Amino acid sequence: MSWLTNWTWPTRLRDKGIIGMNRRNIRYIGRYNSRRLYPLVDDKLKTKLLAQQYGITTPELIGTVTTQFGVKRIGEMLEGHNGFVIKPAKGSGGKGILVIEKVEDDAFIKPSGVRQSIKDVERHVSNILSGLYSLGGSPDVAVIETLINFDESLLAYTYEGVPDIRVIVFKGYPVMAMMRLSTAASDGKANLHQGAVGVGLNIATGAALRGVQFDRPCFSHPDTGHDLASLVVPQWDTLLHLAAGCYEMTGLGYLGTDMVLDRDHGPMLLELNARPGLAIQMTNGEGLRRRLDLIEHQPDGVSVEERVAFAQHHFARQSELVEIPDSAMESA
Amino acid sequence: MSRLPFYLIVGFLLIAGIATSVHRHLQFEIPWFPGEQRQVWEIEAVINFNAQNGPVQVDLALPSHQAGYRVLTENTASSGYGLAYLADELGRQAQWTIRQAAGSQQLYYSVQMLVSPDARSPVQTPPELSSPPPWESPYDTAASQLIDRAWARSANNATFARELILDVNGNRQGENARLLLTQEQPSSLVVRLLNQAGVQAREVSGLMLEDGRRRQALSGWIQVFDTSTERWAIFNPITGEQGKPDNLLLWETGGRAVLEVQGGTNSRVSFSMLTHHQPASAAVRNHYSEDTLLNFSIHSLPLEEQALFQTILLIPIGALVVVFLRVLVGVKTSGTFMPVLIALAFIQTTLLTGLIGFLLIVAVGLIIRNYLSYLNLLLVARVSAVIITVIAIISIFTVLAYRMGLSAGLTVTFFPMIILAWTIERMSILWEEEGPKQVLIQGGGSLLTAVLAYLAMNNPWVRHITFNFLGVQLILMALILLLGNYTGYRLLELRRFKPITDDEKVS
Repeated sequence: MSWLTNWTWPTRLRDKGIIGMNRRNIRYIGRYNSRRLYPLVDDKLKTKLLAQQYGITTPELIGTVTTQFGVKRIGEMLEGHNGFVIKPAKGSGGKGILVIEKVEDDAFIKPSGVRQSIKDVERHVSNILSGLYSLGGSPDVAVIETLINFDESLLAYTYEGVPDIRVIVFKGYPVMAMMRLSTAASDGKANLHQGAVGVGLNIATGAALRGVQFDRPCFSHPDTGHDLASLVVPQWDTLLHLAAGCYEMTGLGYLGTDMVLDRDHGPMLLELNARPGLAIQMTNGEGLRRRLDLIEHQPDGVSVEERVAFAQHHFARQSELVEIPDSAMESA
Repeated sequence: MSRLPFYLIVGFLLIAGIATSVHRHLQFEIPWFPGEQRQVWEIEAVINFNAQNGPVQVDLALPSHQAGYRVLTENTASSGYGLAYLADELGRQAQWTIRQAAGSQQLYYSVQMLVSPDARSPVQTPPELSSPPPWESPYDTAASQLIDRAWARSANNATFARELILDVNGNRQGENARLLLTQEQPSSLVVRLLNQAGVQAREVSGLMLEDGRRRQALSGWIQVFDTSTERWAIFNPITGEQGKPDNLLLWETGGRAVLEVQGGTNSRVSFSMLTHHQPASAAVRNHYSEDTLLNFSIHSLPLEEQALFQTILLIPIGALVVVFLRVLVGVKTSGTFMPVLIALAFIQTTLLTGLIGFLLIVAVGLIIRNYLSYLNLLLVARVSAVIITVIAIISIFTVLAYRMGLSAGLTVTFFPMIILAWTIERMSILWEEEGPKQVLIQGGGSLLTAVLAYLAMNNPWVRHITFNFLGVQLILMALILLLGNYTGYRLLELRRFKPITDDEKVS
C-alpha cells in the first residue's frame, strides 16, 4: 500500500512535539489571545501607530487615504518619494499591496519593470478604499509607507520579493523563527504554500537550520542557487528584542510577528498575526510543543531582555545544513 | 482553569439524554430499530371559518376503510363544540355543533391510516342511477353529440369514460365541449354526461399522500362503475388515466360536499400529513392517551408542526458530521454549515439529481460570476446579482427539465438559493486568489461533507431515532461539546506533518 507511506502515526507527531490545528486553536489562541485585542493586529494602520508609541521600528508612514475624495491628492503626497508601498489596512495574505520601486518622470515602476501612471495608482487606491481587498469587503483605508531597502546580505537568497522573518512570540518569549524566501514558483510572494522556501532559524544566532520547499527539505535557493547553509540574519538580537516587545504592545499571548531587515534602519516590524500558522514547525523540523510548555512555566512580568536571553539560551540548536557535505546534497 | 464544570455539563447531558431515551423505550415500547414495521399515515384536517355570532353546524366528510388503507384511530380537537360521528351508505361524517360562536374558529380532525396492501374496500353495490336534470337548448344537442362520439369510439364503460374525459379536457376538445364547459366544471360535466348515457359515475375527493406535506387540498377524481367487474374504477379527471395511484387516499366517495358549514363564512379545510413506521403490534394498539410531563414528545404537537420537526431534528446530525469532518479529519469546506443545507436539499431531490443539479448550478454560476468580477461591483451588490443569477439558472433548468420530461429536474428548486449564491461568491474569490486547485479542494470537501451528512440524515434508523427519541438531541449536544474540546491531531495533519518525522530516519 504505497499511499500509506505518505502518512504517519499520531504518536510519532506527539514525540516530535508537533502542535495540530485543534490544539493551537484551543490551548494557545483561545487561551492567550483575547478577542478584543484582535483589531490591533487586523488593522495594519492601528498596528503601525501603536508600534510607534512603543518605539518599535516600522517602515515610515508617508500618509493614509481614507476617503475617495482624498484619492485625488495622492500625487502631492507621493512627491519627493522615490519608492513606496501602498497597502490596504485590513488586507490579508498580501492582497492589494502595490510596490513602486522608483519614480521616473511621472511613471511609477514596479519591481517587475511594469510602468504605471498616476491614474493607475489612483485607481488602485480607490479599489482599496471600496474594500476590494479587505476581509468581507468592508470599506478600508489605504496606507502608504516608504519602500524597504532590504539588506544586501540577503539579496542572494531571494527572487524578486522581500524576504521576511516570522517569529512566534509566546507570552513575550520568542519561541521559534523562520525566514520566508520568495521564489519563481511562488511568483515573488513569500507564501509557503505557493512555493516560497521556508528556512528555520536558530533562535540563538539567527543562522539557518534547515530549508523547506513544498514541505520537502531543500538546501539551496531554487532560483539563485545560493547555499542556504551560509544564511545568517544580521542584527539578530535587535530583531528578537523588537519581536518580543510586541507582547507588551498588543497584550496577545500567542503572536506571529513578521519582520523585515532594512539596509539603513535595521529590523522593522511589518505586521502582526494573531493566528499564526503551523508551517513554522515544518521549516524548523521541530514541534512547538516543548518550547511552549517550557514558557508556560515561566513567571509573568519578566523584562524583554531577560525573555530574549532565556529563549536564546534554551532554544539554541545545531544547523542541519552544515553537517551534511555539499556534494552529497547536490546529488540528493 | 478547571475543566470540571465542562465535564459535569457533558456528563449531565449524556445521562439525561440516555435516561429519557430509555424511558421512552420502556414506557411507550418504541423500538430502537425501525425494523418489521407498518407504515402509518397521520393525516390532520384543519377547518377554518369565521362564525357569525350564532349557532354553527359543521359537517366534514371522513375517510373510511378502503383498498390499501385501514382507519386506525381518529381524534378531534374542538373546544366547546358538540361532536357526533354519522355514517350512512354514502360515507362517514363528523358533525360539530355549537349554539353560539363568533370570530375565527379552528376545528381539528386527525386520523391514523394504516397502509395495508391487502385491505379491501367494503362490498360495492351499484348505486341507483341518478337522473341528471335535462339540458336546455342548445346544450342538449351538444351533449348528445359528445356522448355519441365517445360511445362510438369505446367498447365498455371504462373506455367510454376515458374517451369522454379526453373529449372534455384533452387537445381533442371540440366546440361542443367548450360550449358545455360554460355551464359546468370539467369533472362534473363528465359525470353528468356519463349519467346521461346510463353509466353510473360520481365525483370523489382524494388526498395525495406525501410525507411532510402541509396545507394540502383534496383533489377531484371520477369513479365509474364497471358492470363487468362489479367494481368502481377510478379516473384522473384531467388525463383520463385509469387506476388509483398508490398514494391516493379517497376521502369522500358519496358525491357529497367535503365540508359544509352553516352559520359561518370563509370556511376552508386543509390537510397536513406525515408518515412514520410503527411496529406491527403497536400500530394496531394505540397509545397516545397519556399526556404527562414525562411524555414530553413532539408527537403531542399538531401534525403540521411534527412534519416540520422531523426535518429540524435531523439538522444536529448534519452538524455533528460537519464537526467530525472538520475537527477530526480536517476537511476544508466552503462555508461552515453550507454542506448541511445542501444535504437537506439532497433529501428532497434524492442524491444523484441533487449532485447533478448542484454541480450544474455552481458551475454556471461561477462562469457568470467571473464576468461580474470585471464590472468591479461592491460586495453586497455583487452577491445580490449572483442570487438573481442563481434564481435564473434554477428557473431555466427547471423549465428545461420539464420540457425534456425529466420530472426529477423539477426538484432543484429545493436548493437554498442564498446559500448557493454565497457558495459561488466564495468559490470565485478563492479561484482568483488561490487558483482552481483550492476551489477543487474546498468544493470537493464541501460536497463530500454534504454527501456524508445526507447519508447520515437520510438513514432510516437515524430518522427513526431522532424523531422518536428527543433525548438523542442531548447526547448529540454532549458529543459536539466533547469534539469542541479535542486538542489532538486531525487525520489530514498526519499527512501534512509527515516530512518532519521522516528526518529522524535520515540522520
